Amino acid sequence: MATVTQRRRHGTPIYEHSRIPHPTPSVLTTSEELRATGDIMTVNFGPNHPSTHGVLRLIVDLYGEDVTGLEAVVGYLHTGFEKNMEQKTWWKCITYPERIDYVSFQNNEYVFVAAVEKLLELEIPAKATWMRTLLCELNRIHSHLVWLGTSALELGAISMFWYAFRERDLVLDLFELVTGERMHTRYFQVGGLAEDIPRGFYPEARKFCAWMPKAIDDYETLLTRNKIWLERTQGIGLLSADDAIALGQSGPVLRGSGVDWDIRKDEPYLAYHQVDFRVPVYPEGDVYARYRVHMDEMRESVRIVDQCLDRLENMEGEPWIADDRKVVLPPREELHTSMESLIHHFKIVTEGFRVPEGEAYVAIESPRGELGCYVCSDGGPKPWRVKFRAPSFVALQAAATMMQGALIADMIAAVGSLDTVMGEVDR
Amino acid sequence: MTDFGAVPGLVELIDAHGETTIVVTRERLADAAAHLREEHGFNFLSDITAVDYLGWGDAGVSGYIGTPAGRDLNTPMTQGYQALPQAKPKRFAMNYHLLALRATRPERVRLQTWIDEGEAVATLIGVWPTADFHEREAFDMMGVGIDGHPNLKRILLDDDWDGHPLRKDYPLGGEPVRFSDAV
Repeated sequence: MATVTQRRRHGTPIYEHSRIPHPTPSVLTTSEELRATGDIMTVNFGPNHPSTHGVLRLIVDLYGEDVTGLEAVVGYLHTGFEKNMEQKTWWKCITYPERIDYVSFQNNEYVFVAAVEKLLELEIPAKATWMRTLLCELNRIHSHLVWLGTSALELGAISMFWYAFRERDLVLDLFELVTGERMHTRYFQVGGLAEDIPRGFYPEARKFCAWMPKAIDDYETLLTRNKIWLERTQGIGLLSADDAIALGQSGPVLRGSGVDWDIRKDEPYLAYHQVDFRVPVYPEGDVYARYRVHMDEMRESVRIVDQCLDRLENMEGEPWIADDRKVVLPPREELHTSMESLIHHFKIVTEGFRVPEGEAYVAIESPRGELGCYVCSDGGPKPWRVKFRAPSFVALQAAATMMQGALIADMIAAVGSLDTVMGEVDR
Repeated sequence: MTDFGAVPGLVELIDAHGETTIVVTRERLADAAAHLREEHGFNFLSDITAVDYLGWGDAGVSGYIGTPAGRDLNTPMTQGYQALPQAKPKRFAMNYHLLALRATRPERVRLQTWIDEGEAVATLIGVWPTADFHEREAFDMMGVGIDGHPNLKRILLDDDWDGHPLRKDYPLGGEPVRFSDAV
């Protein structure tokens, strides 16, 4: 826990002893002398390329095989989520964050709901808190599996992709069992969960928890000491701890650079202060370190899911959503007998509930790092402004620092290890 | 509770929902940022959010249900507020969400400054390099000027895009069809 220190002395310019390009931190520029040789070739990589995890465009200057210049161009997937959310009532907005980062949908859904709950000062029942923790961790496993499968595929480990997606399907089956949807579940409501947890979920989740560690063992047998994998990842895409903090990196990238920082541990939310888990930290700052962080995190997530199940199994019959009728939809069966419930239902569905005036920022540890949600309300039924602090968007800025003096072949490994989801970058 | 009384250009300290907001003048923003990093250990910039407050509170208070043109039954949400929201000093707010990333007692604050149309804020790349993309996004989406940014161009939209879509006066869904007159 003691690795986070204030190492920069007072008054030291941020660029001293740092590999961050100057003056633009996200753009690596080819030097004039090198350009004068006439041997610089500019390559346009993407936006449609199988290794860009979406539609990322990189403009790369090459001197032979050395990368001398790099600029990331984003925005090809911009869909205006934030503008759209301003036109919808608060409860209709919940579907949007899930689609921003379509791989870690459950975490995105949670961060928005949590921000609204912060403004409403709403208390959440214990059962909902534990179920949210469980689903966020399942989602972390899902997201890491997608990262593992696609990143290994890009480096030539094709079989890895099939194994990772086999287990990913098991996670999606669990989501389907609980929510009826495999992805973009819209299961979190403001106030708790949309439905009670179905019977039959617990034994299925237990089966998954028993199986998953063996699957991770299999992955590690394939990769962790694989000569090809080691040579493609070790010492590649270097990022020091200070540079990672200065560039706002978070999640596995930050922990792979030796900084012991995990919002689940350091600023606990949901039920994370009540579960036992370890934060994996690797000091090397290369692609391999990030890979190790991802693998260890999956193991820890399985442990958290197991502990959540221990609690949830003893919560049969407890409420799963808060009892504030001005915000939460009344129980379906009451609509047939209670006029008051019918009115509340009608008002919430048509007009939406009002959120007190104010602004709030909530940050959680999504699979990709610090996912923040800023909401601003004017006291009406629609958000005045919603803004997402997307970890992938910030992670892309580190590409220029990581690629200094690297080879073109390592670019795929380095950019892939940032675990970017372009939907989240462009929003 | 940390004492932020010595932050340069301090206008106001606000505590709400367990969050501290430090409002500073636009001119002293860069000094305030450097001060917070050096003296208070805010070494990590999480996010920059620009907010447009044009039309803030214009819907009026509910009770008076309707407009001079009559009540619009199709948009029940226009019925207004229960109480008028607090007036804002200027049109745009720039919110810098800072984090003191350290092993003991991590802390978050929001550094806030207000600007009007046509005014610009200083770039904070020299304080936190991660401000690069965030400032370009604020410029692209909200049209906030950033003084001293070495690479200030649009980031999410096309370079030749007209307007700044997250502004409140940007038309919704009325995007002109390009090349439509060339048919």
